[in-house]
Amino acid sequence: MSINLTRRSALRQGLCGAGGLLLANKLQAALPAAALPVKAKSVIQIFLWGGMSHNDTWDPKPDAGRDYMGEFPDVLPTNVDGIQIGQLFPKLAQQADKYTLIRSMTHGINSHETAAYYMQTGHTRGERLAYPSVGAVFSHFKGLSYKGLIPPYVVLTKAQGRFSEEGFMGPKYKPFATGGDPNAPRFNVEGVVAEGITDERQIARRELLSKADALGKALTSPILNNMQITRDAAYELILGSGKDVFDLSKEDDKLRERYGRNMFGQECLAARRLVESGVPYVVINYPGGWDTHKGHAARMRQQCPSLDQGLAALLEDLSQRGLLDSTLVWCCGEFGRGPKIDWQPPWNGGRNHYGAVFSALVAGGGFRGGTIVGSSTSKGEEVNERPVYPVDLLGSIYQLAGIDTSANLPHPMGLEAPVLPKPSDTVLSGGLLTEIM
Amino acid sequence: MDKKLQVLSALLLLICLTGATESIFERPLPPPAANEIDRLVFAKLSELDITPALCSDAVFVRRVYLDVTGKIPTAAEARSFIDSTYSKNKRSELIDELLERPEFADYWSMKWGDALRIKAEFPVNLWPNAAQIYHHWVRTAIAQNKPYDQFVREMLTASGSNFRVGPVNFYRALQNKTSKGIAAGVALTFMGVRSESWTKEQLDNLAVFFSQVGYKPTNEWKEEHVFWDPLGSTKAAGNSAPGSAIVTTAMIEKNTNPPPENIGGPLNTIFPDGTPVQISPDRDPRVVFADWLITPENPWFTRCAINRIWAWLLGRGIIEEPDNIRDDNPPSNPELLTWLEKEFIRSGYDMNHLIRLILNSKTYQMSSVSNTGNPEAAAQFAAYPLRRLEAEVLIDAINDITGSSDLYTSAIPEPFTYIPKDQSAVSIADGSISSSFLTLFGRSARATGMSDERINRTSPSQQLHMLNSGHIQRKIEQSAKLRKLTVSRGRPEQAVDNLYLTILSRHPTFEEIDIMLAYKGAASQEIVQLKPATAKAKKRTSSKKKKFANKKQPQDWTDMAWALMNSPEFLYRH
Repeated sequence: MSINLTRRSALRQGLCGAGGLLLANKLQAALPAAALPVKAKSVIQIFLWGGMSHNDTWDPKPDAGRDYMGEFPDVLPTNVDGIQIGQLFPKLAQQADKYTLIRSMTHGINSHETAAYYMQTGHTRGERLAYPSVGAVFSHFKGLSYKGLIPPYVVLTKAQGRFSEEGFMGPKYKPFATGGDPNAPRFNVEGVVAEGITDERQIARRELLSKADALGKALTSPILNNMQITRDAAYELILGSGKDVFDLSKEDDKLRERYGRNMFGQECLAARRLVESGVPYVVINYPGGWDTHKGHAARMRQQCPSLDQGLAALLEDLSQRGLLDSTLVWCCGEFGRGPKIDWQPPWNGGRNHYGAVFSALVAGGGFRGGTIVGSSTSKGEEVNERPVYPVDLLGSIYQLAGIDTSANLPHPMGLEAPVLPKPSDTVLSGGLLTEIM
Repeated sequence: MDKKLQVLSALLLLICLTGATESIFERPLPPPAANEIDRLVFAKLSELDITPALCSDAVFVRRVYLDVTGKIPTAAEARSFIDSTYSKNKRSELIDELLERPEFADYWSMKWGDALRIKAEFPVNLWPNAAQIYHHWVRTAIAQNKPYDQFVREMLTASGSNFRVGPVNFYRALQNKTSKGIAAGVALTFMGVRSESWTKEQLDNLAVFFSQVGYKPTNEWKEEHVFWDPLGSTKAAGNSAPGSAIVTTAMIEKNTNPPPENIGGPLNTIFPDGTPVQISPDRDPRVVFADWLITPENPWFTRCAINRIWAWLLGRGIIEEPDNIRDDNPPSNPELLTWLEKEFIRSGYDMNHLIRLILNSKTYQMSSVSNTGNPEAAAQFAAYPLRRLEAEVLIDAINDITGSSDLYTSAIPEPFTYIPKDQSAVSIADGSISSSFLTLFGRSARATGMSDERINRTSPSQQLHMLNSGHIQRKIEQSAKLRKLTVSRGRPEQAVDNLYLTILSRHPTFEEIDIMLAYKGAASQEIVQLKPATAKAKKRTSSKKKKFANKKQPQDWTDMAWALMNSPEFLYRH
């Protein structure tokens, strides 16, 4: 079975080689100078979108009383002396040596979309163009050296949709959203793993496609050539072994149990497999989210155990495989939730949006574990010491990944567009997280 | 009638068989000029020694449906146009008919929606019901063919509630609602100018006209009044709803202009063309600006509109990019641009007249397979350029063909974000109501209103989705509509013809019928391997098609439809 694509195959091999599924336009991408040492080769971002309460989780205030601690007033000791976390996180308590909790994240924004944009780009809104997310910036700087077939910026399983992650850099920096359910018997990654189509049929279809391409036969055009390059790249994944990274059945059942047989747990496992195969940036958008205005306590009781189990298993597994030193994990929402519980109807014990102070968890990739950065006031209402702003957290992540935050991103109008804004009167900063780097 | 059509299609098939492949896409003879557009374009082409080539009827019917209504023609519509020989003017009759359709207003509202940034959520935050009324106002203007000068004036001078007065949302659909931010938005939208190419003074001077725009929240959730506020009573642009005080204090865009120095006194500034002006305190400066902008003599106003509409139809502006009008970015055909400007003004800024004029030109009806490749030729419109279908148009075409629908939702569900299940993607008012398909295929983020914000380039992830996603595969596999076309009584050639007309809007050639009927998916391949084909069997001609057809599995038809829907001919305007 030969496929009549000689001219185009030749083109592809010349231009594309084996790697760079997403970055098909490699020729155009300029290689930015990045001389910084690289500690974090890959990043796993666990985004607790909607905003997870800090009081109920990683910054408990056992003495603050029922209005602040509601149904979860107890704390747990951890495997690090002097560090305590909320009662819903027994498994993470046993891994505290591996991560650092930042208890003084702040930006003061209480609206989802603006805060989600700020936390994932480091830029405040109001500039003319929308900046790209951290993952898209990684795609830009890491995409060239990365040789895998899987796109360099993967989202498990759905894009968050609050803003365009690729920002002004354009669609090739869009994250690849897997779709599907990693906890299902077969993780059907949209477009990569198709239901019920054998490789033989794939090949027959591809041949039919090429034979029936009347326009392609009538016309030689750079647009169609480019389309063919992207198509061939897609087929490398569809027909090749690269997609096996999504086959979670290759993992030991016991390990799968350890991560938790639920969607989030198996997303964590899939994330580990992805970074193991070299993917530079993986996002897990926590399924269901944390926007718990109503039914707060019940949601916490339901979701925290899977977050606890999946994240703890991920950190332990990465560490046991020797991957934690080169894999940076960061986990937080766009903000926290109000420290004071709203007992009034219709909230009935819910917590509202809160950007004045909240918590984040960071681990690996050059971040030291077993410690706490900053603190909030006694009831979790404000930053007590060492404010950490989005530029500080993202700046630290970029530095560990060897990305120069003053480097320019490809701006469509050629304007200056640094990876992160420089701290100034309008760009609030508490400084990089040097105490744990 | 039916018999007549059958004879005609047989005739057409015969023509296809005898001609070369190109006859699918173009006419053999160079066209005569149809109007002044052609005379001006052909003059340039002859300088380049280019002979224009006209597209075929089959190409035309698909192209004009797509460009006017954002939909592909149905099989019946395509067949009746291609096979009809009754009228010599069938192309212009079809143009007239399509401009009357509601889908024309839907599709062109989508185009304007990108430029005017009709989006409920981040970053322009119109809010859902304001996005709806803004869209409704735009769509009504297009459906009624509101003169362009009036269309713009109503936006520039609008006052009132964002929930009740559609055009005030122009002033709210900006990320930056300072007077400079408004000025930059006005320059881009109505002058085709990117203020980055201006000096700081030019932008500052333009901003003076918008220094008295006030935004005032009301007690209704997310309602806001836009009004002339000469006393500066609302200097903070309140883009937040009452009740969310913390949001407001944290993120409000402070008006960075100093408070007006002489409240109640006249304003002095300079128009973008350098003319100084004093605005008396009893006049809304926005009206003064509109009076200057909306005149036949204004060097930006008409030019910007012409260039925008031309680029929507022909893939590139006479000034390219269409919203980047600068002294050092000259038009590729200045005579053409000037003539179109005069004609537009003469017609009373009649947008449909302009569109009709362009569609009827041979320039618009050029082939897309000849005279390509040379960038100079492309700038002179020597060929109709290939462009991938926009995200919304593509998914609507797939849904129309397969008889299925998609779900569109907003990340922030509110009333007005729930829409009927079978609504077309093109007709969605609010850019925040979306699907992962629309995002993947580069739908405009409607953040800036710039023409390059909608991205029709193709990416490997898009290919994975079209070639191999459950989303597309299920639509084809489960399509009762396609099954009816293919697995029915009648000859298999007829089924292939149906498939081509439905998906590609044209008849197949004999060669293509052979390719399709010879196709065997994986299931039948095994049988072939058991009994290796003899030389004799290989020599089977198309007369044996029926035998192939008898072996056809439903999945083979699925794969044929899949192949046509993945062909560049389907994916690209051509």
